[in-house]
Amino acid sequence: MVFAQVSGDVEKTITGGTLKVATAISVRNLRKVYPGQPPVVALADASIDIKDNEFFTLLGPSGCGKTTLLRMIAGFEHPTAGSLTMHGENLLELPPYKRPVNTVFQSYALFPHLTVAQNISFGLEMLGKPKAEIRQTVDEMMALVKMTEMADRQTGQISGGQQQRVALARALAPKPRVLLLDEPLSALDFKLRKDMQLELKRLQMETGITFVFVTHDQEEALTMSDRIAVMNAGEIRQIGNPRQIYDQPAERFVADFIGDTNFLPAELIETAGQTATIRLSSGKQIAARAAESGSQKGKVTLAVRPEHASIGPEAEGLLAGTLGEVVYFGTDTHYHVALEDGTGFVVRQQNRPDATAQFSSGDRVGVHFAPGIGQVLKD
Amino acid sequence: MADLSSAAETRASRRRWLLLAPALFILVFAAAGPLLITLLYSFLTPGDYGGVEWQASWQAWFNVVMERDIFDDTLGWSDAHLSIFWRSVKLSLMTTVLCLFFGFPTAYFIATRPKKQRDLWMLLIIIPFWTNLLIRTFAVVELIRAEGTVNTLLIWLGIIDTPIQMLFTEFSILLGMVYVYLPLMVLPLYASMERLDFSLVEAGYDLYATRLKVLRRVILPLVKPGVIAGSILVFVPSLGAYVTPRVMGGGNQLMIGNLIELQFGQGRNWPLGAALSITLLAIVMVALMAYVRAAGNQEPHRV
Repeated sequence: MVFAQVSGDVEKTITGGTLKVATAISVRNLRKVYPGQPPVVALADASIDIKDNEFFTLLGPSGCGKTTLLRMIAGFEHPTAGSLTMHGENLLELPPYKRPVNTVFQSYALFPHLTVAQNISFGLEMLGKPKAEIRQTVDEMMALVKMTEMADRQTGQISGGQQQRVALARALAPKPRVLLLDEPLSALDFKLRKDMQLELKRLQMETGITFVFVTHDQEEALTMSDRIAVMNAGEIRQIGNPRQIYDQPAERFVADFIGDTNFLPAELIETAGQTATIRLSSGKQIAARAAESGSQKGKVTLAVRPEHASIGPEAEGLLAGTLGEVVYFGTDTHYHVALEDGTGFVVRQQNRPDATAQFSSGDRVGVHFAPGIGQVLKD
Repeated sequence: MADLSSAAETRASRRRWLLLAPALFILVFAAAGPLLITLLYSFLTPGDYGGVEWQASWQAWFNVVMERDIFDDTLGWSDAHLSIFWRSVKLSLMTTVLCLFFGFPTAYFIATRPKKQRDLWMLLIIIPFWTNLLIRTFAVVELIRAEGTVNTLLIWLGIIDTPIQMLFTEFSILLGMVYVYLPLMVLPLYASMERLDFSLVEAGYDLYATRLKVLRRVILPLVKPGVIAGSILVFVPSLGAYVTPRVMGGGNQLMIGNLIELQFGQGRNWPLGAALSITLLAIVMVALMAYVRAAGNQEPHRV
């Protein structure tokens, strides 16, 4: 599967020893306000640079503005203010049918009056490609998404997962520079969704097309993306690769939305660069990561992932508490601990056949985590 | 056991007939019956003061398209009837096309309004329907007659010196029929457009289709059932229209409906009127079959 390289625009130049890839889409202070009483701010001054060949995910709860941003890139919505460029070209001047982007819709939006093959060829026909080329591309696309045998089926006669593949093939067929995907997997059942996640990632790597993916599913975002922008209430809260987003959440919302997190009240004693020393409610001190150096001293929140903490005898723990529910999950066990200061804390421990210490509900236990593993959050 | 089940079956079948009775009653007495009587009358001889003589005759059917010259008794095509048929079909087709032309954007406009507004717009389309057809038609007459609103306005503006003769022409019949039947086109079109998934329209734009191409390749094929239904709803009553051509066309621009009325009234030729009625029915059926077939064959369509 050879795709036309987006040559010329990809400037892989060595700058200062790092490989610098050209920006595919540049979003600058993009704003969308729907008139009303009061006006609804769907997107508040969003700025993102999406790189070439990147799998970029817009992640957030429903109503956070992620779909609005995607629809503005596609051209279905017009921003109230801001700029939007693609390889330096102003996208806002172009109607949707002139933008070199294609969309995979949440509802798939396959044309019900056309067959699978006719759906895939639609964009190519509109671009006025020669017949032979259209036929060849359609064949390639159907092979790519493994739908060759379904070419002449009506779209109403194929399953949801197959419709998904056709929608993908239809959007990829015109070889867009950027593919926009609006929660494309949300209608699929769990097993199929897992398969399609891998499939999408494979397609993205094979085709080298920039993917802008919208989802509210944090696990989906973490497994597929090169970079993620976490959004809430029309604002971008953090941009980073999955590991940064998960391990170093910039703020409470991000830590809470991505994965499970324990929030502990703590006091910031001092910071040195990215490392902070904090005092827990038990009085014990420990090192933690701070998002930015020179954070305000005083009350802060410490975020600790359940799987980064462990449970043990009361005396050995940083924090003491009473063990509540113990929930067995097969691969791991979740221990719900009621800490002495009243906060709840969840420890997720992997189950091993050689597990030694066993605790049961009602036991006095200690919670422990390593220095430098907790994240100091600005509230 | 066998007796029991057969008794139950009898009861069930009696119930079925009972449930069917209202539908059968309407079909027999309101549709099939009158149609058969009309058919029968078309093969009888006209009575002297209307009604029929019970004497079999082909004369009425012969007179539908042919006539015998009063002076030299030669056979010839009935020019008067043929021109009335032609005018009826022509005006009905033009009415249908014009209703589609004006109704399509109207329906699209309404279907793309916010949900709350749509009912109000539909109400505005339907309100004229609550007024009597005759009164609505006379309202149009008032607009276009020689001393009517339009002519008065044009003269006052100095665009014309003498009134334009609009009333009692084919134009006025067409205007009246389009006005009267437009809602019948808008309603089914709106119904199918309201169900249209507008993300398909967005998908069309997304796949590089211009506005015109989205209309032709996406919207039209999807609202085709509405187009077909609307065209039938407009074409059929247009072909048999009576009031509008009578009022707007005066006495000299007859359509089939007026011709039929003439035979049952002043003409005192009930058999000819009956034969003309059956002819109208036949024209409608042939036209409908041809239209549905042509419209259905254009593209493979999802069932």
